Amino acid sequence: MTTLQDTLPDTGPAAPILSNAALLRLAVVAAGLVVAFGIVPAVATDYWLSSIIIPTVVMGLAGISLNLLQGYAGLVSLGSAAFMSVGVFSAYNLILRVPGLPLPAVLLLSGLIAAAVGVFFGLPALRFRGFYLGASTLGAQFFFPWLFTNYPWFSNDSQSLTISAPRLEFLGYDLQSPVGRYLFVATVTALLIGLAFLVVRSRLGREWMAIRDQETAASVLGIRVARRKLQAYAISSFFLGITGVLWGFAYLGTADAHTYNLDKSFQVLFIVLIGGTATIFGNFLGAAFIVLTPILLDHLVLAANIAYLSDQGAITNLQRVIFGAIIIFILIKEPDGLSAWIRRGAEALRARPKT
Amino acid sequence: MASLLELSDVSLSFRGVTALNALSFAVARGEICALIGPNGAGKSSLLNVINGVYRADAGDIVFDGRRFEAIRPGKAARLGIGRTFQHNALFRRLTVRENVLAGLSRHGGASFIENVFRFGRDRQERRDFSARADRVIAFLGLDAARDRIVSTLSYGIQKRVDLARALVSEPKLLLLDEPMAGMNQDEKTEMSRIIAEVNRAFGTTIVLIEHDVGIVLGLAHHIVVLDYGRKVADGAPDAVRNDPDVIAAYLGTVH
Repeated sequence: MTTLQDTLPDTGPAAPILSNAALLRLAVVAAGLVVAFGIVPAVATDYWLSSIIIPTVVMGLAGISLNLLQGYAGLVSLGSAAFMSVGVFSAYNLILRVPGLPLPAVLLLSGLIAAAVGVFFGLPALRFRGFYLGASTLGAQFFFPWLFTNYPWFSNDSQSLTISAPRLEFLGYDLQSPVGRYLFVATVTALLIGLAFLVVRSRLGREWMAIRDQETAASVLGIRVARRKLQAYAISSFFLGITGVLWGFAYLGTADAHTYNLDKSFQVLFIVLIGGTATIFGNFLGAAFIVLTPILLDHLVLAANIAYLSDQGAITNLQRVIFGAIIIFILIKEPDGLSAWIRRGAEALRARPKT
Repeated sequence: MASLLELSDVSLSFRGVTALNALSFAVARGEICALIGPNGAGKSSLLNVINGVYRADAGDIVFDGRRFEAIRPGKAARLGIGRTFQHNALFRRLTVRENVLAGLSRHGGASFIENVFRFGRDRQERRDFSARADRVIAFLGLDAARDRIVSTLSYGIQKRVDLARALVSEPKLLLLDEPMAGMNQDEKTEMSRIIAEVNRAFGTTIVLIEHDVGIVLGLAHHIVVLDYGRKVADGAPDAVRNDPDVIAAYLGTVH
């Protein structure tokens, strides 16, 4: 039998304060921050920032939100977009009705409001599982568009029921330009990624995964299953609420109840399926796929010059068919999602002989 | 010595099929009690009633001086009833260490906010959990597998992880559902040694289900024989071995 001594890392008595793995992790985080806050804003054009990078990052964040619930806690939601809409309408009304509230406070409060709503719509999770639970979370997806359409108070009695983004500024910095909006999105995203890692590496995250893998065993061990499930809905919806604000204010510039429809919820679900469950960074791969593939297909259609073959409607439908086919292909080839690429890359790096 | 666990007239049925029929027996503090009997005798159902996975139709249970008719699994855990499973019920995508840490949940006092942001009671909890988990992992000889995902481990090691996960919370009563099922003779001997050692070192009262009568006779202080949900015999290994009813119901018949 092996003893404790056999498996201790051979760092010896003069072990450095940080292990190699910790140093590597630190280096990766630092490099990520340099790319996100130094290189990307300096290099990317306004078109790239506004049309590709911002939506990819925000949708990646939406994927993280749902992944916390689905990938880590093993629960389901088909109402992701509804919680995003709660976030953006909360933010709009907070800014409108509480003058002088700083932007970080607006985001935090919008997230908390979405979290409270998420807990309410997560209550069926205490009784149902799987498909039935999914169906019950659809309730949110139908309730909120109805609420925001029928009560114009939420959009400040606007004729079109549309809310437009307020001037984004923080500590006197104007965040209206593409670079400004990008930096706003990147900052919030970086903070939420950090929070997501804290969550999944805490006792809370561990107990979510325990419930996901074996609910009966989890309850027999004394894990408070019901409480943990509601906390999963709360935290996932907190993330989604803030994501919704970014989508409406930093990407689109306007929003209405139908911006956050069932299609959007399904997009978030696809991001999780394509990116991989129980991953954080995989969601950005999934989001890039969801955002970029339609753009690439557009360019392909233009390049192939097939517009004469058929009308625009048929070509659009054809694009959807191809998009769906690619999703199916990826799910067959990579059932664990594109994050398997990240994992394999990391393993290949680790497997290299140490010098 | 007073008993730790006392069952009186416990009955359980599933849609009219009787699993347990007015069953009564007591488990003394600090003993190893083995439940034996043919498949379908109600042994697993009995464990499930004791820790609240099933609810008995009738009868009551006194555990550690508290009487209850029905208990929820979480409550049972917090009262100090630990449990392993007949079929693999590990958290398969977590590492050995994470599985064992999850077994400590009943001792966690920090709120989820403290856990996530690592302040307040979380610091103490993290240190405490980590020390307890490492101790049990070392005790069960699982150091080499510590950071492996459990689904990648061999069956025998997984059974041991299941035991570690139940043992780490230092239960007063440990229910082991076929801890040696599917093991070869060497693994059985090793597991049997570990169970005796747990009982000796921690004074844990153990109720276990095992089919291998040879192992049971050597390990248990007290044997309860079940057949068709009824108790056939109850006593010290030597007495049970020579009981004609037992020989007829269990040892003598082919199942």
